[in-house]
Amino acid sequence: MAALKFRPFLAFAVLVASLQLAAAQQPPSARFVVVLDPAHGGDDAGGRMANGQSEKNFTLALTGRLRSLLAARGIQVVTTRDSDAAVDPGRRAEIANHAQAEACLSLHASESGSGLHLFTSSLAPAQPARFAPWKTAQAAWVTRSLALAGTLNSALLHAGVSVTLGRTSLPAVDSMTCPAVAIEITPERSADQKTTTGLDDKNYQARVATALAAALVEWRMEAQQP
Amino acid sequence: MIPRYQKILFGILLLASLVMGVVLWQLRERAHERMIAGQDSAPTSAPEVASAEQATLVVANDNDSSLLTQVHFLPLPVDDGARARAVLGKLLDLYAAPDAAHPVPGGGTSVTQVFLLPAPQLGALSQNPEPAGAQLAVVNLTGSFAASHPSGIETETLTVLSICGTLRANLPSVTQVRFLVDGHERATLAGHADLTRTYLTADAVPQP
Repeated sequence: MAALKFRPFLAFAVLVASLQLAAAQQPPSARFVVVLDPAHGGDDAGGRMANGQSEKNFTLALTGRLRSLLAARGIQVVTTRDSDAAVDPGRRAEIANHAQAEACLSLHASESGSGLHLFTSSLAPAQPARFAPWKTAQAAWVTRSLALAGTLNSALLHAGVSVTLGRTSLPAVDSMTCPAVAIEITPERSADQKTTTGLDDKNYQARVATALAAALVEWRMEAQQP
Repeated sequence: MIPRYQKILFGILLLASLVMGVVLWQLRERAHERMIAGQDSAPTSAPEVASAEQATLVVANDNDSSLLTQVHFLPLPVDDGARARAVLGKLLDLYAAPDAAHPVPGGGTSVTQVFLLPAPQLGALSQNPEPAGAQLAVVNLTGSFAASHPSGIETETLTVLSICGTLRANLPSVTQVRFLVDGHERATLAGHADLTRTYLTADAVPQP
Protein backbone atom coordinates (compact mmCIF):
# COMPACT_ATOMS: atom_id res chain seq x y z
CA MET A 1 0.00 0.00 0.00
CA ALA A 2 2.86 2.34 0.97
CA ALA A 3 4.69 1.51 -2.27
CA LEU A 4 1.56 2.45 -4.28
CA LYS A 5 1.33 5.77 -2.37
CA PHE A 6 4.90 6.79 -3.30
CA ARG A 7 4.75 5.56 -6.92
CA PRO A 8 3.59 8.97 -8.40
CA PHE A 9 6.40 10.80 -6.59
CA LEU A 10 8.93 8.22 -7.83
CA ALA A 11 7.70 8.63 -11.41
CA PHE A 12 7.92 12.43 -11.11
CA ALA A 13 11.48 12.23 -9.76
CA VAL A 14 12.53 9.93 -12.62
CA LEU A 15 10.92 12.33 -15.12
CA VAL A 16 12.77 15.35 -13.68
CA ALA A 17 16.08 13.48 -13.66
CA SER A 18 15.65 12.36 -17.27
CA LEU A 19 14.77 15.91 -18.36
CA GLN A 20 17.89 17.25 -16.61
CA LEU A 21 19.99 14.57 -18.30
CA ALA A 22 18.50 15.45 -21.70
CA ALA A 23 19.16 19.13 -21.11
CA ALA A 24 22.76 18.41 -20.14
CA GLN A 25 23.30 16.43 -23.34
CA GLN A 26 21.99 19.27 -25.57
CA PRO A 27 24.43 21.81 -27.04
CA PRO A 28 24.80 25.14 -25.19
CA SER A 29 21.79 27.47 -25.46
CA ALA A 30 21.88 29.79 -28.49
CA ARG A 31 20.60 32.70 -26.41
CA PHE A 32 21.26 35.98 -28.18
CA VAL A 33 19.70 39.12 -26.76
CA VAL A 34 19.89 42.62 -28.18
CA VAL A 35 18.98 45.67 -26.11
CA LEU A 36 17.50 48.63 -27.99
CA ASP A 37 17.57 51.92 -26.12
CA PRO A 38 15.44 54.64 -27.74
CA ALA A 39 16.94 57.83 -26.32
CA HIS A 40 14.97 60.44 -24.37
CA GLY A 41 11.25 60.15 -23.57
CA GLY A 42 8.64 61.80 -21.39
CA ASP A 43 9.56 65.38 -20.49
CA ASP A 44 12.93 64.94 -22.20
CA ALA A 45 12.04 65.43 -25.87
CA GLY A 46 15.67 65.46 -27.06
CA GLY A 47 16.46 67.36 -30.24
CA ARG A 48 13.96 68.71 -32.73
CA MET A 49 13.90 67.40 -36.29
CA ALA A 50 13.43 69.61 -39.37
CA ASN A 51 9.85 68.40 -39.78
CA GLY A 52 9.04 69.33 -36.18
CA GLN A 53 9.15 65.77 -34.86
CA SER A 54 10.93 65.30 -31.56
CA GLU A 55 13.94 63.02 -31.19
CA LYS A 56 12.14 60.92 -28.55
CA ASN A 57 9.35 60.00 -30.99
CA PHE A 58 11.75 59.35 -33.85
CA THR A 59 13.90 56.97 -31.82
CA LEU A 60 10.85 55.15 -30.47
CA ALA A 61 9.48 54.61 -33.98
CA LEU A 62 12.86 53.39 -35.23
CA THR A 63 13.11 51.02 -32.28
CA GLY A 64 9.74 49.48 -33.17
CA ARG A 65 10.83 48.99 -36.76
CA LEU A 66 14.17 47.47 -35.78
CA ARG A 67 12.59 45.22 -33.16
CA SER A 68 10.27 43.73 -35.80
CA LEU A 69 13.17 43.08 -38.16
CA LEU A 70 15.23 41.43 -35.41
CA ALA A 71 12.31 39.32 -34.16
CA ALA A 72 11.78 38.08 -37.71
CA ARG A 73 15.41 36.94 -37.67
CA GLY A 74 14.97 35.05 -34.40
CA ILE A 75 16.76 37.57 -32.23
CA GLN A 76 15.37 38.29 -28.78
CA VAL A 77 14.98 42.03 -28.16
CA VAL A 78 14.76 43.93 -24.89
CA THR A 79 13.87 47.62 -25.04
CA THR A 80 14.47 50.24 -22.37
CA ARG A 81 11.14 51.92 -23.12
CA ASP A 82 8.10 51.03 -25.22
CA SER A 83 6.16 54.26 -24.77
CA ASP A 84 6.66 57.99 -24.31
CA ALA A 85 8.00 57.54 -20.78
CA ALA A 86 10.92 59.22 -19.05
CA VAL A 87 13.63 56.67 -18.25
CA ASP A 88 16.64 57.65 -16.19
CA PRO A 89 20.05 56.89 -17.82
CA GLY A 90 20.89 54.68 -14.83
CA ARG A 91 17.68 52.71 -15.29
CA ARG A 92 18.48 52.23 -18.99
CA ALA A 93 21.84 50.74 -18.05
CA GLU A 94 20.19 48.55 -15.40
CA ILE A 95 17.79 47.10 -17.98
CA ALA A 96 20.66 46.46 -20.40
CA ASN A 97 22.84 44.85 -17.74
CA HIS A 98 20.06 42.58 -16.44
CA ALA A 99 19.39 41.39 -19.99
CA GLN A 100 23.01 40.15 -20.29
CA ALA A 101 22.81 41.17 -23.92
CA GLU A 102 25.26 40.44 -26.70
CA ALA A 103 24.69 43.92 -28.15
CA CYS A 104 23.25 47.16 -26.80
CA LEU A 105 22.27 49.92 -29.21
CA SER A 106 21.38 53.39 -27.97
CA LEU A 107 19.38 55.11 -30.72
CA HIS A 108 19.56 58.88 -31.27
CA ALA A 109 18.75 61.35 -34.04
CA SER A 110 19.98 64.82 -34.87
CA GLU A 111 19.81 67.43 -37.60
CA SER A 112 23.55 68.23 -37.31
CA GLY A 113 26.07 66.33 -39.34
CA SER A 114 25.59 63.89 -42.16
CA GLY A 115 24.74 60.18 -42.44
CA LEU A 116 25.10 57.87 -39.49
CA HIS A 117 27.35 58.47 -36.49
CA LEU A 118 28.51 55.43 -34.53
CA PHE A 119 29.85 56.28 -31.10
CA THR A 120 31.57 53.99 -28.63
CA SER A 121 32.48 54.96 -25.10
CA SER A 122 35.55 57.16 -24.73
CA LEU A 123 36.53 55.28 -21.56
CA ALA A 124 39.97 53.70 -21.63
CA PRO A 125 39.75 49.90 -22.01
CA ALA A 126 40.09 48.04 -18.72
CA GLN A 127 40.29 44.44 -17.59
CA PRO A 128 36.99 42.88 -16.48
CA ALA A 129 36.59 42.90 -12.71
CA ARG A 130 34.14 41.22 -10.36
CA PHE A 131 32.91 44.60 -9.17
CA ALA A 132 33.10 47.53 -11.58
CA PRO A 133 32.43 51.21 -10.81
CA TRP A 134 28.93 52.04 -12.02
CA LYS A 135 29.90 55.13 -14.05
CA THR A 136 32.74 53.35 -15.86
CA ALA A 137 31.39 49.81 -16.12
CA GLN A 138 31.62 49.99 -19.91
CA ALA A 139 35.44 50.23 -19.69
CA ALA A 140 35.74 46.42 -19.56
CA TRP A 141 33.58 46.15 -22.71
CA VAL A 142 35.11 48.90 -24.82
CA THR A 143 37.13 46.50 -26.97
CA ARG A 144 34.02 44.44 -27.78
CA SER A 145 32.05 47.64 -28.37
CA LEU A 146 34.63 48.78 -30.91
CA ALA A 147 34.31 45.41 -32.66
CA LEU A 148 30.52 45.78 -32.73
CA ALA A 149 30.88 49.30 -34.17
CA GLY A 150 33.11 47.82 -36.88
CA THR A 151 30.46 45.23 -37.80
CA LEU A 152 27.74 47.91 -37.87
CA ASN A 153 29.98 50.15 -39.97
CA SER A 154 30.55 47.40 -42.56
CA ALA A 155 26.84 46.64 -42.90
CA LEU A 156 25.88 50.32 -43.18
CA LEU A 157 28.55 51.04 -45.79
CA HIS A 158 27.34 47.99 -47.69
CA ALA A 159 23.83 49.53 -47.63
CA GLY A 160 25.19 52.78 -49.04
CA VAL A 161 24.91 54.81 -45.83
CA SER A 162 27.78 57.15 -45.02
CA VAL A 163 29.15 56.49 -41.55
CA THR A 164 31.27 58.48 -39.12
CA LEU A 165 32.93 56.65 -36.24
CA GLY A 166 33.66 58.42 -32.97
CA ARG A 167 34.13 58.12 -29.24
CA THR A 168 32.01 59.94 -26.69
CA SER A 169 30.79 59.87 -23.13
CA LEU A 170 27.09 59.15 -22.68
CA PRO A 171 25.80 58.51 -19.15
CA ALA A 172 23.72 55.41 -20.04
CA VAL A 173 26.26 53.77 -22.36
CA ASP A 174 29.19 54.28 -19.95
CA SER A 175 27.37 52.14 -17.36
CA MET A 176 26.42 49.26 -19.65
CA THR A 177 28.12 45.88 -19.30
CA CYS A 178 27.62 44.72 -22.87
CA PRO A 179 29.07 45.60 -26.27
CA ALA A 180 27.41 49.00 -26.61
CA VAL A 181 27.22 51.50 -29.45
CA ALA A 182 25.32 54.79 -29.62
CA ILE A 183 23.86 55.34 -33.07
CA GLU A 184 22.98 58.87 -34.16
CA ILE A 185 21.00 59.15 -37.37
CA THR A 186 21.27 62.42 -39.24
CA PRO A 187 20.12 63.52 -42.71
CA GLU A 188 22.14 62.51 -45.75
CA ARG A 189 23.88 65.50 -47.31
CA SER A 190 25.72 66.28 -50.52
CA ALA A 191 29.29 67.57 -50.67
CA ASP A 192 28.04 71.16 -50.40
CA GLN A 193 26.11 70.21 -47.24
CA LYS A 194 22.66 70.38 -48.85
CA THR A 195 20.22 67.84 -47.42
CA THR A 196 19.58 65.09 -49.96
CA THR A 197 17.62 62.72 -47.71
CA GLY A 198 15.78 63.98 -44.66
CA LEU A 199 15.19 62.06 -41.48
CA ASP A 200 11.48 61.76 -42.31
CA ASP A 201 12.26 59.77 -45.48
CA LYS A 202 10.70 56.33 -44.90
CA ASN A 203 13.05 54.64 -47.39
CA TYR A 204 16.08 56.05 -45.56
CA GLN A 205 14.73 54.81 -42.23
CA ALA A 206 14.04 51.39 -43.71
CA ARG A 207 17.52 51.22 -45.27
CA VAL A 208 19.16 52.06 -41.95
CA ALA A 209 17.00 49.62 -39.95
CA THR A 210 17.60 46.79 -42.43
CA ALA A 211 21.36 47.40 -42.40
CA LEU A 212 21.42 47.42 -38.59
CA ALA A 213 19.44 44.17 -38.48
CA ALA A 214 21.84 42.58 -40.99
CA ALA A 215 24.79 43.74 -38.89
CA LEU A 216 23.32 42.18 -35.75
CA VAL A 217 22.77 38.88 -37.57
CA GLU A 218 26.42 39.01 -38.60
CA TRP A 219 27.38 39.86 -35.01
CA ARG A 220 25.39 36.83 -33.78
CA MET A 221 27.26 34.59 -36.19
CA GLU A 222 30.58 35.95 -34.94
CA ALA A 223 29.50 35.53 -31.32
CA GLN A 224 28.46 31.91 -31.83
CA GLN A 225 31.67 30.89 -33.55
CA PRO A 226 33.82 28.74 -31.25
CA MET B 1 -18.52 116.89 -62.16
CA ILE B 2 -15.07 117.16 -60.42
CA PRO B 3 -13.48 120.60 -60.76
CA ARG B 4 -10.22 120.80 -62.70
CA TYR B 5 -8.20 122.15 -59.76
CA GLN B 6 -9.20 119.13 -57.62
CA LYS B 7 -8.01 116.74 -60.34
CA ILE B 8 -4.63 118.52 -60.47
CA LEU B 9 -4.34 118.49 -56.65
CA PHE B 10 -5.17 114.77 -56.52
CA GLY B 11 -2.53 114.04 -59.18
CA ILE B 12 0.13 116.00 -57.29
CA LEU B 13 -0.70 114.21 -54.00
CA LEU B 14 -0.59 110.78 -55.71
CA LEU B 15 2.77 111.57 -57.29
CA ALA B 16 4.14 112.80 -53.95
CA SER B 17 2.97 109.59 -52.25
CA LEU B 18 4.74 107.44 -54.83
CA VAL B 19 7.98 109.42 -54.54
CA MET B 20 7.89 109.19 -50.74
CA GLY B 21 7.28 105.44 -50.97
CA VAL B 22 10.33 104.96 -53.21
CA VAL B 23 12.52 107.09 -50.92
CA LEU B 24 11.38 105.16 -47.82
CA TRP B 25 12.06 101.83 -49.55
CA GLN B 26 15.61 102.94 -50.42
CA LEU B 27 16.25 104.15 -46.86
CA ARG B 28 15.04 100.79 -45.52
CA GLU B 29 17.38 98.87 -47.85
CA ARG B 30 20.34 101.03 -46.83
CA ALA B 31 19.57 100.47 -43.12
CA HIS B 32 19.33 96.72 -43.72
CA GLU B 33 22.69 96.68 -45.51
CA ARG B 34 24.27 98.61 -42.66
CA MET B 35 22.90 96.06 -40.17
CA ILE B 36 24.19 93.08 -42.18
CA ALA B 37 27.60 94.75 -42.51
CA GLY B 38 27.64 95.18 -38.72
CA GLN B 39 26.93 91.46 -38.20
CA ASP B 40 29.73 90.50 -40.56
CA SER B 41 32.21 92.34 -38.42
CA ALA B 42 31.13 90.39 -35.28
CA PRO B 43 32.63 89.30 -32.99
CA THR B 44 33.86 92.68 -31.94
CA SER B 45 37.56 92.86 -31.28
CA ALA B 46 38.71 92.82 -27.68
CA PRO B 47 40.14 96.02 -26.24
CA GLU B 48 43.91 96.14 -26.50
CA VAL B 49 44.90 95.62 -22.87
CA ALA B 50 47.90 93.47 -23.69
CA SER B 51 50.10 92.78 -26.66
CA ALA B 52 48.74 90.24 -29.15
CA GLU B 53 50.10 86.74 -28.67
CA GLN B 54 49.72 83.56 -30.64
CA ALA B 55 46.83 81.36 -29.55
CA THR B 56 46.07 77.94 -31.00
CA LEU B 57 42.40 77.07 -31.24
CA VAL B 58 41.15 73.54 -31.83
CA VAL B 59 38.09 74.24 -33.96
CA ALA B 60 35.30 71.74 -34.60
CA ASN B 61 33.73 71.17 -37.98
CA ASP B 62 30.31 69.49 -38.19
CA ASN B 63 30.67 68.79 -41.90
CA ASP B 64 33.32 66.11 -41.44
CA SER B 65 33.25 65.64 -37.63
CA SER B 66 36.81 66.90 -37.42
CA LEU B 67 38.90 68.98 -35.04
CA LEU B 68 41.40 71.26 -36.75
CA THR B 69 43.92 73.70 -35.30
CA GLN B 70 43.77 77.39 -36.19
CA VAL B 71 46.30 79.98 -35.11
CA HIS B 72 45.05 83.42 -34.04
CA PHE B 73 46.74 86.43 -32.48
CA LEU B 74 44.96 87.75 -29.41
CA PRO B 75 45.73 90.10 -26.55
CA LEU B 76 46.08 87.57 -23.72
CA PRO B 77 46.25 88.21 -19.97
CA VAL B 78 49.23 86.99 -17.95
CA ASP B 79 47.18 85.01 -15.42
CA ASP B 80 46.66 81.43 -16.66
CA GLY B 81 43.00 81.24 -15.66
CA ALA B 82 42.15 84.51 -17.38
CA ARG B 83 44.22 83.46 -20.39
CA ALA B 84 42.29 80.19 -20.65
CA ARG B 85 39.02 82.10 -20.48
CA ALA B 86 40.14 84.54 -23.20
CA VAL B 87 41.18 81.73 -25.53
CA LEU B 88 37.95 79.80 -24.98
CA GLY B 89 36.01 83.03 -25.49
CA LYS B 90 37.62 83.44 -28.89
CA LEU B 91 36.79 79.81 -29.73
CA LEU B 92 33.12 80.27 -28.85
CA ASP B 93 33.08 83.58 -30.77
CA LEU B 94 34.05 81.60 -33.87
CA TYR B 95 31.18 79.19 -33.25
CA ALA B 96 28.73 82.07 -32.88
CA ALA B 97 29.71 83.62 -36.22
CA PRO B 98 27.02 83.37 -38.95
CA ASP B 99 29.04 81.09 -41.25
CA ALA B 100 30.48 78.80 -38.56
CA ALA B 101 31.12 75.16 -39.50
CA HIS B 102 30.11 74.24 -35.94
CA PRO B 103 27.29 76.69 -35.19
CA VAL B 104 26.66 77.25 -31.49
CA PRO B 105 24.99 80.43 -30.21
CA GLY B 106 26.37 82.27 -27.23
CA GLY B 107 29.81 83.54 -28.11
CA GLY B 108 32.73 84.43 -25.87
CA THR B 109 30.64 85.55 -22.91
CA SER B 110 29.43 81.95 -22.49
CA VAL B 111 32.58 81.12 -20.51
CA THR B 112 32.21 82.89 -17.19
CA GLN B 113 35.29 81.50 -15.42
CA VAL B 114 38.09 78.97 -15.79
CA PHE B 115 39.59 77.70 -12.54
CA LEU B 116 42.93 75.89 -12.56
CA LEU B 117 43.57 73.37 -9.79
CA PRO B 118 46.16 70.64 -9.17
CA ALA B 119 45.07 67.58 -11.15
CA PRO B 120 44.04 64.58 -9.03
CA GLN B 121 45.14 61.05 -9.93
CA LEU B 122 42.30 59.40 -11.84
CA GLY B 123 43.09 55.76 -11.11
CA ALA B 124 41.25 53.45 -13.50
CA LEU B 125 40.03 56.33 -15.67
CA SER B 126 43.51 57.03 -16.97
CA GLN B 127 46.13 54.58 -18.08
CA ASN B 128 48.96 56.98 -17.21
CA PRO B 129 49.62 58.65 -13.86
CA GLU B 130 49.37 62.44 -13.83
CA PRO B 131 52.78 64.15 -14.13
CA ALA B 132 54.00 66.63 -11.55
CA GLY B 133 52.48 70.07 -12.10
CA ALA B 134 49.50 68.71 -14.02
CA GLN B 135 46.40 70.86 -13.74
CA LEU B 136 42.65 70.36 -13.75
CA ALA B 137 40.71 73.13 -15.52
CA VAL B 138 37.17 73.70 -14.29
CA VAL B 139 35.25 75.53 -17.03
CA ASN B 140 32.15 77.36 -15.88
CA LEU B 141 29.68 77.88 -18.73
CA THR B 142 26.51 79.97 -18.71
CA GLY B 143 23.12 78.31 -18.52
CA SER B 144 22.03 80.14 -21.66
CA PHE B 145 24.91 78.56 -23.59
CA ALA B 146 23.87 75.04 -22.54
CA ALA B 147 20.19 75.79 -23.15
CA SER B 148 20.81 77.09 -26.67
CA HIS B 149 23.38 74.47 -27.67
CA PRO B 150 22.12 72.26 -30.55
CA SER B 151 21.14 68.80 -29.33
CA GLY B 152 23.04 65.80 -30.67
CA ILE B 153 25.83 63.43 -29.72
CA GLU B 154 28.22 64.63 -32.38
CA THR B 155 27.72 68.36 -31.99
CA GLU B 156 27.93 68.22 -28.19
CA THR B 157 30.97 65.94 -28.24
CA LEU B 158 32.75 68.23 -30.69
CA THR B 159 32.11 71.25 -28.46
CA VAL B 160 33.49 69.46 -25.40
CA LEU B 161 36.52 68.08 -27.25
CA SER B 162 37.34 71.40 -28.91
CA ILE B 163 37.32 73.13 -25.52
CA CYS B 164 39.58 70.40 -24.08
CA GLY B 165 41.88 70.51 -27.11
CA THR B 166 42.14 74.31 -27.03
CA LEU B 167 43.07 74.26 -23.35
CA ARG B 168 45.72 71.62 -24.00
CA ALA B 169 47.14 73.58 -26.96
CA ASN B 170 47.56 76.80 -24.97
CA LEU B 171 48.15 75.49 -21.47
CA PRO B 172 50.01 72.17 -21.82
CA SER B 173 49.93 71.63 -18.05
CA VAL B 174 46.13 71.20 -18.22
CA THR B 175 45.56 67.45 -18.47
CA GLN B 176 42.01 67.21 -17.13
CA VAL B 177 38.87 69.28 -17.69
CA ARG B 178 35.59 69.39 -15.81
CA PHE B 179 32.52 71.46 -16.62
CA LEU B 180 30.07 73.47 -14.57
CA VAL B 181 27.01 75.32 -15.80
CA ASP B 182 26.14 78.46 -13.84
CA GLY B 183 28.41 77.15 -11.08
CA HIS B 184 26.62 73.83 -10.70
CA GLU B 185 27.17 70.32 -11.97
CA ARG B 186 24.91 69.46 -14.90
CA ALA B 187 24.15 65.97 -16.22
CA THR B 188 24.63 66.68 -19.92
CA LEU B 189 25.44 69.62 -22.18
CA ALA B 190 22.23 69.48 -24.25
CA GLY B 191 20.86 66.01 -23.56
CA HIS B 192 23.81 63.87 -24.67
CA ALA B 193 27.45 64.61 -23.77
CA ASP B 194 28.14 63.74 -20.13
CA LEU B 195 29.22 66.80 -18.15
CA THR B 196 29.61 64.99 -14.83
CA ARG B 197 32.83 63.21 -15.73
CA THR B 198 36.43 64.38 -15.95
CA TYR B 199 37.67 64.72 -19.53
CA LEU B 200 41.29 64.06 -20.44
CA THR B 201 42.80 66.64 -22.77
CA ALA B 202 44.92 63.88 -24.30
CA ASP B 203 41.69 62.50 -25.84
CA ALA B 204 41.07 65.73 -27.76
CA VAL B 205 43.79 65.51 -30.33
CA PRO B 206 43.06 67.40 -33.56
CA GLN B 207 43.71 65.95 -37.00
CA PRO B 208 47.13 66.81 -38.39
